[in-house]
Amino acid sequence: MQFNWDKYPLENIFDETISSPSNARAPSRKLLKNLNRLSESDVKERLEASDTAIKTMGISFTVYSDSGNIDRQWPLDIIPRIISNKEWQRVDLGLVQRLTALNLFINDVYNDKKIFKDKVIPLELVLGSPGYRKECEGVSLPFNTWAHICGTDLIRDAKGKFLVLEDNLRIPSGVSYMLENRRVTKRVLPELFESYDVQHLRDYPNQLLDTLSSIAPMKKKNPEVVVLTPGIFNSAYFEHSYLAQQMGAELVEGSDLVIDKDKVYMKTVAGLRKVDVIYRRVDDLYLDPEVFNEDSLLGVKGLMRAWRKGNVSIANAPGAGVADDKVIYTYVPKMIKYYLDEDPILDNVESYLCSERQQYNYVINNLHNLVVKPANESGGYGMLIGPQASKSEINKFKKLIKKNGRNYIAQPLISLSTCPVITSSGAKPRHIDLRPFILQSNNSYVTPGGLTRVAMKKGSYVVNSSQGGGSKDTWVVDT
Amino acid sequence: MLSRVAHRLYWLARYIERAENTSRIINVNSNLLFDLPTGSRVSWKTLIDITGSEELYKQLYSTFDERSIMKYLISDSRNPSSIICCLQMARENARTTREILPAECWEKINETYHIAIEDIAGGIGRKNRYESLQKIIYGCQLLVGLLSGTMSNNAAYDFMRIGRNLERADMGTRLIDMGCMNFLTDSSLTDDESHIPDLYQPILWMNILISLSAFQMYRQHVRERVNGIDVVNYLLKDNDFPRAVMHCLNQIQECLEKLPDGIHIAMEVEKIKRSITRAKTKVNIDKKLHEFIDDLQIRFIKIDDNINAQWFLV
Repeated sequence: MQFNWDKYPLENIFDETISSPSNARAPSRKLLKNLNRLSESDVKERLEASDTAIKTMGISFTVYSDSGNIDRQWPLDIIPRIISNKEWQRVDLGLVQRLTALNLFINDVYNDKKIFKDKVIPLELVLGSPGYRKECEGVSLPFNTWAHICGTDLIRDAKGKFLVLEDNLRIPSGVSYMLENRRVTKRVLPELFESYDVQHLRDYPNQLLDTLSSIAPMKKKNPEVVVLTPGIFNSAYFEHSYLAQQMGAELVEGSDLVIDKDKVYMKTVAGLRKVDVIYRRVDDLYLDPEVFNEDSLLGVKGLMRAWRKGNVSIANAPGAGVADDKVIYTYVPKMIKYYLDEDPILDNVESYLCSERQQYNYVINNLHNLVVKPANESGGYGMLIGPQASKSEINKFKKLIKKNGRNYIAQPLISLSTCPVITSSGAKPRHIDLRPFILQSNNSYVTPGGLTRVAMKKGSYVVNSSQGGGSKDTWVVDT
Repeated sequence: MLSRVAHRLYWLARYIERAENTSRIINVNSNLLFDLPTGSRVSWKTLIDITGSEELYKQLYSTFDERSIMKYLISDSRNPSSIICCLQMARENARTTREILPAECWEKINETYHIAIEDIAGGIGRKNRYESLQKIIYGCQLLVGLLSGTMSNNAAYDFMRIGRNLERADMGTRLIDMGCMNFLTDSSLTDDESHIPDLYQPILWMNILISLSAFQMYRQHVRERVNGIDVVNYLLKDNDFPRAVMHCLNQIQECLEKLPDGIHIAMEVEKIKRSITRAKTKVNIDKKLHEFIDDLQIRFIKIDDNINAQWFLV
């Protein structure tokens, strides 16, 4: 018997699938029944089918440290994670509420600065954020939206409550893997789809194209939308090309673009062609060598001028990363109250600011109990997981925080929920998180579910694929 | 469409065609050897001659034995025209133009590449050579079929068709040339070079036809005993057979005329076509024919140069 659910270890953690020995949570009951019908060789067959599908479909990602291997196979665990629609509705509302507030905030940062004048958030925090761009001051954008595409990371605590871990407002990635996970799962476990009405994800590329088209300058109909990629060596190149393909947009590199009289053109076989909207997957600082990093070959000279004049739209807008800062994150509940006069539907993880005296003292004295994160890193780099860290690591972070408190926040270690993952010794619980994607311009859209990322090692909390994490197809179902 | 993307698609098609053609000539040459008397002076080196890469080969290998030549043509990563290298570069170009290609096409290229990687050892030894190379040929053909059945006949498709047909025309002329070289009874031939007794001429030409999958079509078209002059004429001048040089040039011309500012290159192609029509290939397989073929290949290179200058070097 492959799935020995009565031996499935349940600790003091919320498991997404199993509620008590041998019993599934309501949304996963039919899943368990289906899985139990599979013989050992069936399971093996399905695993092989999944591997083959991923290989032929060419679903891959890049790890920078992995020299020479620029496309590694995407790791997928075939057991889907199932969430009830009822529960999801609340999350959906919470995410839209959150992004609405965040966009009002970013717009406020670069325009009226009301929230600072009203002393809800200290202005120095924003001006000191590496994501703040003085070049964006005074810019007004269609629908006042700056972060058009957001990937917000959610976790569940020991009681199963969804909490926001962070908002990724710069160039969040992973959505292509969410879509491809679904495609593979359909091939591998087709019969499971007969037992469930799974909310489809097919609409994402359309929604993305709608969002991008809606922000075109002069409200142009059928605007020329392009995806700007740093090129094939970027870790998310697969996704860039996938999204361009799904939207029927050109995938351009910086060298494909030129600026003439503050307008953006791309070099085509029929000469130059005007570009209206750029879905950029290049970091702010590489967008325009005239304004930012002058050595950058990834962007195009004069792009910021074209953007400031309103001749081209950029998503996410330059400067949107100011709200991506983990210190700013701690203020999001206050933003929601301030701009929308509502209580947050989704809570933050309790957080300590190392720049505040009292909180700083608490952090320094309790590092062994806390998770410390740099305010502006992504991909899980530069973190300290106190309870799992050595003495010397803790000392190293003490020094780092003393030196630059503004750059760190600390959070209690939340025992991320687990989900069964197929290992060589049967199904075992592994920690997971969830990244839904939120689109915003004149409308809002939230992907039903999102990308579930899995820490493949026992007890590990590191879910980033760049650090060996895996993934799961995520289902939102009516139960 | 972007110039950079057009460039990649053009080469994607060329690489796929080259991988297929190399697989074909290896299979046919292997077959030919079984038909010829032992001790005949046909050699594996012919394959190096056809691919026009003797210089590189000599840098890498010391003898022209079967195994070295197979390794060089099939799997050697130092030979940019080896089957594996071609498939790898085709895959890389497909990976970087996925937004343009129908999804199944990327999957097919990817799959063909993986099959080749896993199977490659088999192709070097004699036992499984035919099967493993045949798989690659089918993989490439399937791709061409998929493209023709699923891709809009837009500029992207035209660039791929040009690349494919130019590569095909080039290989066609190389094979004709190989036939010529084998029958030049010229005393300038050194011992190193192959020479086949006249008696076996039809067998050689039949094999050339077979390597282009042209044997049956030729039979239906030319109802005479296979002979060199007829085969050369057919492979150069036939309008209907997809791997005949004239047919390839027609296709290239058609695509060029559709592309923005392609007309002047199309006119160059027209000129090449005219000189093929005028060529007196009815007379003899001789040195003149070899020179004519040489000239054709130079003109193909010029077409490639013009395409580069017109669309890719923006």
